[in-house]
Amino acid sequence: MATGLAVPKQLVMADLKGKIDPDWCPGCGDFGVLAAVQKALVELQIPNHEVITISGIGCSSNFPGYINTYGMHTLHGRALAVATGVKLANHELTVLVTGGDGDGFGIGGNHFVHSMRRNVDLLYIVMDNQIYGLTTGQTSPTSRIGMKTKSMPFGNIEAPVNPISLALAAGATFVARGFSGEQKHLTELIKQGIEHRGFSFLDVFSPCVTYNHDNTYQWFRPRVKKLEDDPAYDPADWMAAMERSLLWGDEIPIGRFFERTDVSTLHGAEPVLNEGPLVRSDTRIPPDLARSFIEELM
Amino acid sequence: MKQTFAIGIGGAAGQGVATPGDIFAKIFSRRGLHLNAYNAYQSIIRGGHTFLTIRTGPEKVTNMGDRIDLLIPLNQDTMDRHLGLLTAGAACVYNAETIKPGAAGDGVQLCPLPVSKLADITRNKVAQNTLAIGAALSMMGIGFQGLESVLTEQFKKKGEAVVAENVGLARAGYDYATLNFKPFASPLPMTENRYAVFSGNVAMAMGGAAAGVKFYCAYPMSPSTGVLHWMAAHARKAGIMVRQVEDEIGVINMAIGAAHAGVRAMCATSGGGFALMSEGLGMSAMIETPVVVINCQRAGPSTGVPTKTEQGDLWQMLGAAFGDYPRVIAAPLDIGDCFRLIPEIFNIADRFQCPGMVLCDLLLSEGRLSVDPRDLDFNPIIDRGELITRANGAPSGPRTNGAYKRYQISESGISPRAIPGVPGHIHTAATDEHDEDGVLISDEFTNTVKRRAMMEKRMRKVVGIEAAIPPPSLWGPRNADVTLIGWGSTKGVIEEACEILSDQGISANQLQIRWLVPLQGEAIVDVLKGSRHTIIVENNYSGQFARYLRSETSYAPNGHIRKYDGEPFMPHHIVEAVKEQLTGKTKLSVPTHEIMV
Repeated sequence: MATGLAVPKQLVMADLKGKIDPDWCPGCGDFGVLAAVQKALVELQIPNHEVITISGIGCSSNFPGYINTYGMHTLHGRALAVATGVKLANHELTVLVTGGDGDGFGIGGNHFVHSMRRNVDLLYIVMDNQIYGLTTGQTSPTSRIGMKTKSMPFGNIEAPVNPISLALAAGATFVARGFSGEQKHLTELIKQGIEHRGFSFLDVFSPCVTYNHDNTYQWFRPRVKKLEDDPAYDPADWMAAMERSLLWGDEIPIGRFFERTDVSTLHGAEPVLNEGPLVRSDTRIPPDLARSFIEELM
Repeated sequence: MKQTFAIGIGGAAGQGVATPGDIFAKIFSRRGLHLNAYNAYQSIIRGGHTFLTIRTGPEKVTNMGDRIDLLIPLNQDTMDRHLGLLTAGAACVYNAETIKPGAAGDGVQLCPLPVSKLADITRNKVAQNTLAIGAALSMMGIGFQGLESVLTEQFKKKGEAVVAENVGLARAGYDYATLNFKPFASPLPMTENRYAVFSGNVAMAMGGAAAGVKFYCAYPMSPSTGVLHWMAAHARKAGIMVRQVEDEIGVINMAIGAAHAGVRAMCATSGGGFALMSEGLGMSAMIETPVVVINCQRAGPSTGVPTKTEQGDLWQMLGAAFGDYPRVIAAPLDIGDCFRLIPEIFNIADRFQCPGMVLCDLLLSEGRLSVDPRDLDFNPIIDRGELITRANGAPSGPRTNGAYKRYQISESGISPRAIPGVPGHIHTAATDEHDEDGVLISDEFTNTVKRRAMMEKRMRKVVGIEAAIPPPSLWGPRNADVTLIGWGSTKGVIEEACEILSDQGISANQLQIRWLVPLQGEAIVDVLKGSRHTIIVENNYSGQFARYLRSETSYAPNGHIRKYDGEPFMPHHIVEAVKEQLTGKTKLSVPTHEIMV
């Protein structure tokens, strides 16, 4: 492409710094996720103008403002629907979707399930803190039974959703779980998720230090066990992934649960996109075609 | 009076009412006859009652009219419901073996067909339909040749034997009628023209294709689904990405995503789906990403009467989404206008970076109209507004956004819009209030001065939109006894009511509103100042447009004609109501729909 520009220099961390600094509470797990995403983009050397970060609403959904890529800060629960439209209109963009557990599994639950079965090619990172933070501490779809919050002061009586099992059942082609306290491991999962062709779901334990006093760094640290440390674990085995996804308690697996690469992406399955992204396609209906459309009516 | 001829075909859903309708439509339009078709049906797949009216004539036919010249009942129920509608000169063609006629009016010709003598009914269950078509055409004075070629096309896929059988049946019906029934008084003429026939839904879908829509998505909802069907069937040829989405919330958000990435995106729904899209429309306005949404109104509230028409969603559209934001709302005036309006509203939405809403209704969406194919312009003006793409963007360096500010304060309120992927223009589009650079001013940077400036910037676009849309004009004699005011789909029926009134010695003119928001209030009041007696005609209970006009201009008309039984106005409903109101008897008329459908 003859842009007249010099050969681009290497993308470095400073290039990805947003216009403003995050206003998350000191110690929030989301800082670690932001840093890991920036590191992953630097390691993959994806030009930042070819990346779009799309979020819903909530603490973690402020993410696009803190990273220097194209961004959309959409409506509560709707990031995946918006992102699907973006990807289908320009599938050359690298699409990252970021948000929280309330945004993704609560109000956005419908889009979550359908985006996975469609195998939209994007990475969806849920900063899962098992609580509603920006609304000052209510029960979320991943809050444990018995957890006391302002909205359920006598303890939660509803079973939490299991995001990993749900993603596997809905047909996600890449399913992983990370922990904000495990930076290197998390960065690696983000890279894998970006490089995966299809829907990559990454649930990240990202502790809320202000409102969730149950699921803290101290609580997670001794429990998380990397699947990668088990040489016998095969991420191509869906049944095995489903089995591991049910583990919860003293041992909680993190890492890549599942990946398959034999399913077409949504944009790859639609011949309309064979000629290239829609955004660059011709907007005019050729005269012969227009005539045939009219002829059908006669 | 114009020469018109109307056929009513009725039966149970699944009995094959649509096929004879399609056949008649093809024959008429190919003879250079105009037509207007309206199907009154129910939310049922098999059974119930459906009643199709096709009205044809050598001049433009703008509505279903008042009179049925030929009734073809396919079952007893239809005969019982509608025979009483026929008046002198009309005829009823029916299967003599399964249907018994009731008492017909004076001068109504009953035309029983001895179906089993003319056809092998053990083999062909819809033989009566084809026989009736043949008989009807003979009585209308239309030669057999046209029917033969349409039947051949219709049944081609089923093989030559089926074609031959149907042509034979039609011929038998045709010849039987020639020998046994009296032809209609005025045979239908033939002109040099050849027309295309389409529904409003097809028109809007084709209008979208012509406008350069590259992304269409929808959730099925009557009566808007026809747009999805055309789009889906033609997507690959036209290079349009068409998706069926999990719900209308997903629809609007997906469409906005595609639009944000740089393509023209459109979606259609009905009132219930539109309600779910409301929050998304606010996003379109806030992030200044244009999208076009079509609402094909049906009778509400709630699930309402899904297969019936109404103009009951105006205030929903006016109030869709919270907060103040610039929006454009237009109501197509007829089925041909459904095609023309889409490129027009896209240009406005794109130029002013705001949502464009089309307020259609079942009457236009599912009705069918003949149009001159030369009027279907697939090369309309496409104005994308101030759009920065990779082709025209001047990158100031791939890693910075240089001096570019996505929401730059401007006099017009319009800020150049860079699409994702363009080097040097990185920004975040946020639904939270933001500054010129897209940085949120809802949190630690909350700032009353900036908030006010952004609000005013967005709302300044309204001035430009107002200047971009034409004011409505008065049709008919300037100094008339009565001025009828309508909006959207009532154009045709009001037009005909005006003609009938003039014939009866009451001069009438018409002001039909197409652009609802922004409303050209001053221009409207200027026109109405010169009117002697004004009546607002609308297909809803509360006079939604009357209330809107009053809220915008303080103007109150002399009277109202409203209908909310699910069926469209017929010309005589308006004529009788006008006469009633001119005598001072009432200021509000609610005509009764005489056809029980």
